[in-house]
Amino acid sequence: MSCCAPGAEMALDLGSVTSILPSSQEIKLASRSLGGGLRQTDLSVPMVHCGACIQSIETAIAKLDHVDAARVNLSTKRVSIRWHGEEVPPFVATLGRLGYQAHLFDPEVEEKDKTLSELIRAVAVGGFAAGNIMLLSVSVWSGAEGATRDLFHWVSALIAIPALAFAGGIYFRSAWNALRHGRMNMDVPIAVGVSLAYAMSLYETINHGDHAYFDASVSLLFFLLIGRTLEHVMRERARTAVKGLSRLASRGAMVLGDDGTRDYLPVCEIEPGMKMLIAAGERIPVDGAIIHGTSDLDCSLVSGESTPSTVAPGGVVQAGTLNLTGPLMIEATAAAKDSFLAEMVRLMEAAEGGRAHYRRIADRVSALYAPVVHLTAFVTFIGWMLASGDWHRAITIAIAVLIITCPCALGLAVPIVQVVAARRLFENGVMVKDGSAMERLATIDAAVFDKTGTLTLGQPRLVNASSIDPTMLAIAADMAAHSRHPFSRAMAGFAGFSGQPKLESVSEYPGFGIEASATGNTWRLGLRGWAGWKARTGGEGKLGGFGATVLSKNGIITASFAFEDALRPDASAAVKQLKDTGLSVEMLSGDTARACGEVAEILGVDRFVPAMLPSGKVERIETLAKGGHKVLMVGDGLNDTPALGAAHVSIAPATAADIGRNAADFVFLRDSLLAVPLALDISRKAGRLIRQNIAIAIVYNTVAVPIAILGHVTPLIAAVAMSASSLLVIGNALRLRGFASNAPARIAPHNRRSRIGEWARMS
Amino acid sequence: MTTLVYLIPVALFLGALGLSGFLWALRSGQYEDLDGAAERILIERDDKPER
Repeated sequence: MSCCAPGAEMALDLGSVTSILPSSQEIKLASRSLGGGLRQTDLSVPMVHCGACIQSIETAIAKLDHVDAARVNLSTKRVSIRWHGEEVPPFVATLGRLGYQAHLFDPEVEEKDKTLSELIRAVAVGGFAAGNIMLLSVSVWSGAEGATRDLFHWVSALIAIPALAFAGGIYFRSAWNALRHGRMNMDVPIAVGVSLAYAMSLYETINHGDHAYFDASVSLLFFLLIGRTLEHVMRERARTAVKGLSRLASRGAMVLGDDGTRDYLPVCEIEPGMKMLIAAGERIPVDGAIIHGTSDLDCSLVSGESTPSTVAPGGVVQAGTLNLTGPLMIEATAAAKDSFLAEMVRLMEAAEGGRAHYRRIADRVSALYAPVVHLTAFVTFIGWMLASGDWHRAITIAIAVLIITCPCALGLAVPIVQVVAARRLFENGVMVKDGSAMERLATIDAAVFDKTGTLTLGQPRLVNASSIDPTMLAIAADMAAHSRHPFSRAMAGFAGFSGQPKLESVSEYPGFGIEASATGNTWRLGLRGWAGWKARTGGEGKLGGFGATVLSKNGIITASFAFEDALRPDASAAVKQLKDTGLSVEMLSGDTARACGEVAEILGVDRFVPAMLPSGKVERIETLAKGGHKVLMVGDGLNDTPALGAAHVSIAPATAADIGRNAADFVFLRDSLLAVPLALDISRKAGRLIRQNIAIAIVYNTVAVPIAILGHVTPLIAAVAMSASSLLVIGNALRLRGFASNAPARIAPHNRRSRIGEWARMS
Repeated sequence: MTTLVYLIPVALFLGALGLSGFLWALRSGQYEDLDGAAERILIERDDKPER
């Protein structure tokens, strides 16, 4: 029917990425009230691709009861649904049936992107003014005389007023802010140059002078605003893509009251002592102790341990861990603000590292540039005063110097390169939070990786499938399909028919395994001691890093399974490329020394430190920083978040914990770890182009300034010189696109989860 | 010279018309979903407009 009717295969692929569907209580909590009983819910639907998708989603959802309207936004891949009533209409399930996976994302602040609309309005007004004034100026240059010229100048002066107010306002405010805090930025010389040019031109116009610089001041603003707007759009697009990723932290929990009532409360309202019910597949919202129930917990996002741990009543659970197999009743021991998650945020804030003190290249250049330019103009004024004694002439020439040095090319030199670079990264599924991140990444000399979830996928993989009897493997896969334990997920992929008996009843024993009966036999899949209750221990137990998982028939072991944590695709190639560029590569993990050692050996990582606490990672990074290194941190877990904050620059995969994604400077959406060397490569090239651009701008000035100082500049020369230098700088920046064809680290989309990257390409 | 007196205002008025048209389109949310708008033209709607 369409290019992208999602097939069963796609749904299966994403099954491993999904956690549980958001519950209707959670949807209700995340919806916002529009008044009159009407509520609006926004869902992120990454797999919307085309018109057919829009139509099928909108018609299917609009048919549901209590739904007033549904509207798909194809650019942001979101659906907003308006509904009323107490019950939440089952739109997530409906979308799931259509084959689209939907999830809630962090609710955005209601205020729309004010900066963007202000910038676009400024560009529109600036463009209108620049076009019209340029038209009038051309007539003046081509020989309009006397009253006609005065008329043209007056009209130009009038048109320039709204442009200065709308478009110039942005620069005046920014320059004033910088000056007030005793800093200097590129906007200061721009603001000074533009306003002086306008004032002088107005004076000339009143006195019937023949040179007015209205066109220069307005077209300068127009050019610079285009650069600024493009930069903002790029950043915003990356941010939207990151925001659209599914939220991993739980938004609330089912709280059990003393009188047996059940309420779904948001996380921030949960207090110590409350009892909560956590279903299998949900994340633990706050720290707590287990009252009732047994289950397996996936701690990989919290502590970096790759093996799920079994918990029983009396056990302690940490906020952020994923409950895998059985329902649990827990008693909260800490409020959300005192939980593990909040502690990580505090550690991160305390560890605010080198980036807070980092000054952007443009700011460093302008700190030197602005005083030099203003001094030159002043000296010119003094010189002409002494030489000719003509007030008016000296001021006119001094202002002409300011106009010609007004950093049009310099103001574009940095943002244009970063826009082109960010776009290249975007096309490869890497999101950049801001331009300063790219500048910082270009300077690093050490890379620190987390293990679980970063170098590995955090998902086990069956390693000895080929040595297992196919019938046994098929039975195990059939049984495993009933469980969400990571081992089961890994095994379920081997499903197929090879004469295995049909399973009759399947039940899961949290912490132990799965039991099924088929044709009178009892099959068990799980822990060796539990499944093989008739077997004498010993012998086969050596296999694999994950301990022993076995399949047994009536208590006699028939097959033994070994797992390892699957490496992220291209992990060793990525590590090798990083080492080739001269970085030292290190691995810090919360996992056991044995698990780390294996991974380090396969990937060729020189140094690793196992069993690290979150604060230990921060300390290690601070030690490196004290030793004069600029550190890149790549990590995904909650326990990595403080380290992501402490490092000079940080990268996180899309599967990272929410606060990790927000803390990181770069987020890559595809599976392949080659995103890291790619980001480094592009950032370094961008850094080189930025320096070239600044050099071009300075060369232009050394040529143009003497002409201005000697008093030979007319408005025509100023306009030509400014446009030419800007075009040169933009042309140089576009060369970054040309590097695409010969870049070594071209990322081939990988089968699974690469789609997340594709949907992010929203252009 | 006399022609300029009315030609310039006419030119500016037309320019301003375009500008205000753009600002109106911006404000009424026509740039919110550019990709979606391109695809929606292919969708057959029922006769009643949705909104």
